[in-house]
Order: sequence, then C-alpha cells, then structure tokens
Amino acid sequence: MENTEIIKVQHLAKNFGSFQAVRDVSFTVNKGDVFGFLGPNGAGKSTTIRCMLSLIKPDNGQIQLFGKDLHKHRNEILSKVGSIIEKPDFYRYLSAEKNLAIFARISGKDVSKREIAEMLDFVGLNGRNRDKVGGFSHGMKQRLGIAQTLLHQPDLIVLDEPTTGLDPQGIVEIRNLILRLKSEQNKTVILSSHQLSEIELISNRMVIINKGQSIIEGDVKELLNAQEMVVQLEVNDMEKTMNVLKVGFESASFKQLNERIIEVNIEKQLVPSLNQLLVHEGVEVHAMEPKRKLEDFFMKIIQS
Amino acid sequence: MLLKNTYNEFIKILAKPRSYLGIGALTLLVLLILFAMKADGKSFISFVTASFEQTLSFNGNILNGNLIAFIILQMLIVHIPLLVSLVTGDLISGEAAMGTIRMMATKPISRTQIVLSKFIAGAVYTLILTLWLGFLALIVGKWIFGTGDLIVLNSDGLVILKEQDILWRYGLSFGVAYLALLTISTLSICLSAFAENSIGPIVSTMSIIILFTIIGTLDVSVFDSIKPFLFTTHMASWRSFFEDPVPWTTIRNSVSILVIHNIVLVLIAVYKFNKKDITS
Repeated sequence: MENTEIIKVQHLAKNFGSFQAVRDVSFTVNKGDVFGFLGPNGAGKSTTIRCMLSLIKPDNGQIQLFGKDLHKHRNEILSKVGSIIEKPDFYRYLSAEKNLAIFARISGKDVSKREIAEMLDFVGLNGRNRDKVGGFSHGMKQRLGIAQTLLHQPDLIVLDEPTTGLDPQGIVEIRNLILRLKSEQNKTVILSSHQLSEIELISNRMVIINKGQSIIEGDVKELLNAQEMVVQLEVNDMEKTMNVLKVGFESASFKQLNERIIEVNIEKQLVPSLNQLLVHEGVEVHAMEPKRKLEDFFMKIIQS
Repeated sequence: MLLKNTYNEFIKILAKPRSYLGIGALTLLVLLILFAMKADGKSFISFVTASFEQTLSFNGNILNGNLIAFIILQMLIVHIPLLVSLVTGDLISGEAAMGTIRMMATKPISRTQIVLSKFIAGAVYTLILTLWLGFLALIVGKWIFGTGDLIVLNSDGLVILKEQDILWRYGLSFGVAYLALLTISTLSICLSAFAENSIGPIVSTMSIIILFTIIGTLDVSVFDSIKPFLFTTHMASWRSFFEDPVPWTTIRNSVSILVIHNIVLVLIAVYKFNKKDITS
C-alpha cells in the first residue's frame, strides 16, 4: 500500500484572463507521504492546490485523488480531504465549537459534540470552546483551522502555508503535529510552505514549481544528496585555505565571508579529504558546518 | 447535505446582528404608524373621506384594525425590500468577503446545494419578516383599534368590504406580498453570487428596484412593452384582493411573473456559482 498514488496531477494548466497562473504542473503523491510543495511567490502553488480542492476549475490537465477523477467524484473525494488554504477563515460571530459544528455538518461524516470538544482540546483550545472566534488571535485561528481540518478524520491533509503568522512555539507545534499525523496515523500530508527548513525537516518527497511549471519532483533525501554540499569553514589561515582549495579541489567554488570564515561549495564525498588536507597543510579548522541544503538546492533550481 | 447546510444557514442568520436589524426596524416602523393613527387617525380618515362626505355618510368604526393593516401594508411594502436585501444580499458575497466560502467549497457538498440552501434560508427569513409584519399590522392593529368593515379607496372609487369577508383576503394578500418579497430576496442572493463584498448586492438590489419602479411609473410608450414583465409592476398585486370582485386573472398573471422571476434568478445564481473560481 505504501506506493499507492493518493494524488496524481498531470499537465495542469490554468489561465486567469491573459495571465497564465499554471502552465504545466505534474506530480504524484503517494500514501503516507509528507509532500513538500515548493516555489517562489507567484509560482502557481496556491492555484494548483485550489484546483486540487475544486475551488478553481483548471483549463487543462487531469487531477486524480484516491485513484478517481476529481471532477467526476468530487464529493466522495472531498469527504476524505481536510485542508487549510492560506489562512483559516471562520464565522467571527460564532463560537469555536459552533464553527467546528458547522463545518463538521457538511464534512460527510457524523461528528459528535464530544469529538468537537476533544479536537479543541487536542489543538490546545480547551476552555475557549464557547468564545467567539472574532476575539481569537491569528495563532488561535490557525489551531482552530487545524482542528477543522482533522475533525472528520481525513486520509489526505492539505496545508497551504500552515505556519504563516505563527510564533516560533506555534511553528514547532504545527511541525510536531504533522509528524505525529504521519507516524501515528499514516496520514498523507501536502505541505506548501515558504519555510524551506520546515519542508526539509518533515517532508519525505517534494516538488518545486516555478513560473507555473513543475521543475523537479522526487525524494527529498535523494534530491539533496545528489547535489553538491555547501559547508562553512572557520579557519585560522584564510590564505592557506584558499590555496588548498585552488590546487586540490578544482571543482569546488568558494566565497570568503570574513577573515576567518569561508563558504565552500563542494561535492559531498570530498568533504573529508578537504578537512584532511587543510590539517595536513597546518590550517586549524575550528568549525565545519553544513549549510541548509534545501535553500541552496531551491535557489539553484529556481535560478536555472 | 442540502438540509444540513440549510440548518447551518439558519444558525448563521440567527447569529448575525443584522438579521435582527430588519425585524427591529420593521417593529419600530409599525409601532410608529400605530401610535400616529391612535393619536391622530381620525383627522387622517377625515382627510381621505372628505370628498365623499357630501354624497355618503360614514357610520361605525371606520378607523379599525382592518384599515390600519391595509395602511401599514401599503406604506411598508416599499421599504421592506431594503430590510430583506440587507440580510439576503450578504448570504454568498459576505462569505466570500470573510473567506468562509472557500472553506465551505472544499467540503463534500455540491456548489448547487450550497446556493440552494442559501435560497431556502433567505426564503424562510423573508417569510418570518412577512409573518411578523402580518402579526403587527393585523393582530396588534385589531387589538388596539378593534375590528369592523374595511373601506378601501382605489382607482375605481370606494370599495366597502364586510368584516366577515376580509380575513381570507388578508391571508392571500400576505401570500402574494410574500412572493413579491421573495423575488427581492432571490434577486439579492443572485447578485450576491456575482460579488465578493456585502454592500454591492444590497445596493445593486435597491438600485434595480428603483430603476424598474421608475420605468414602471414613467408614462412613456417605449417602455410599455416591458412594463408587464418587470417584477416591480407586480409588487403591489396584493392590493387586488381588496377589490370587488377580485380580479383573479390579473392576480394569476402577477403570481406567474413573480414565480418565473424567482426560478430564473435561482438558475442564474446556481449557474454562476458553479462556474465561479473561488480565489478569495
């Protein structure tokens, strides 16, 4: 079952008037994936996600969820999906529990009052059940959004920028929640985020979209391992270090950041040799720190 | 799913302060008219009957609950559309502005059912408003002013209706008045499907009513062919039940026009909402 395709998007295209929001997006999400959805602003991520949830009708392409055509089996498919698109919006004049009850009633599954109370407790909103949502902070609305997403126990969870506006503690909580959904309940999660570190930490597969096209798709570890590594070296002798790099590692590129720190772009398997050679040449290596790989990988892909 | 979402719509309408604004404003207006009639109703009646006093003598309680209800209906049926559209014009566009329509549209309920549930909720709200008007005008009016024969002045002259011949006429006239108000409700919900903010559909509904009313009252032959098909032409059809004999053919025609308007407006809204890309 692990490789069962939960989502299959093929050659998706959508125009808004003369503006081509999505030109050709294709990707596949398997059961149990935490799938990272990456791309710069205006790349077409939100439009693609909205197409997948039938908010926007695509001009071209095919969307299959749970092996069925979204257009033909919309209601059946959406009963298995929970989502937050950009930001969760609720009825400000209603309480948290009434808001959840309203969305639960049209979610396709019977949800009891007890389950609503438990879910509010789960997202840390216990005691605020009867408070009107109009008085909630952004973080609280985001938690309520997560509760709304999970209430009907969907198999697929779509989270479009779920940590926007959250404080660091909130971001960590959401991250842990996603990891728990995968590990404890084997849910499939699509996560669109600008936080590349977040995607790198919790996604096992990803797609990068740019200018309305899917550029690259695959296993996060494989994609990143195949690339060169960026390491920051803190050394006592910058001149000797640069000489070692120029003579011994012609394929590597480097950039001096200050008197003691240099950033080196180098193949992963050459890192131990670099360290060895520097020590051999009498250079004291005080620190050797790998930089976030996804950031560089992402920038390379986008720029290319 | 349609029933479940209709129930949701009622919860939302009941929780919104603006829903009570319409009922509150209506209550205030009717109480104001009742107070004015109680304080100075006799001179109001004398002013109307003055031209007939040389040929007719009026005995008994002319200023009774039946007449008060007729006056109230005549005065307020023009203003109630604003109160109706204040709530119904917000039903789809308000959710688009708030962003909740996006949340709803990702649920396993068809867009047709979303729109239809809003139409049903709007129709029930309009019914409650009409019934409340009927209660205040007829029941409270009779309680304060008593009962009696109804004297109505229309284009053919004075019509005197016996007390025992009035209740069924009010029943049916409120029914037709409801149908007219329902058309307003349907129009504003339909316009709401095209908008992304609350104010637009409310203002547009009132603008259409004003425009059609002006066209209907303008004595210009170029508009004669379209006048019979404007819903505003038939908004005062409830009055026909107070003619003697009742012009059933005219009433049937008005009801048909209003029903057709309702059906067409619902179909337009369903079509538009199904085609709409939700980008809010």
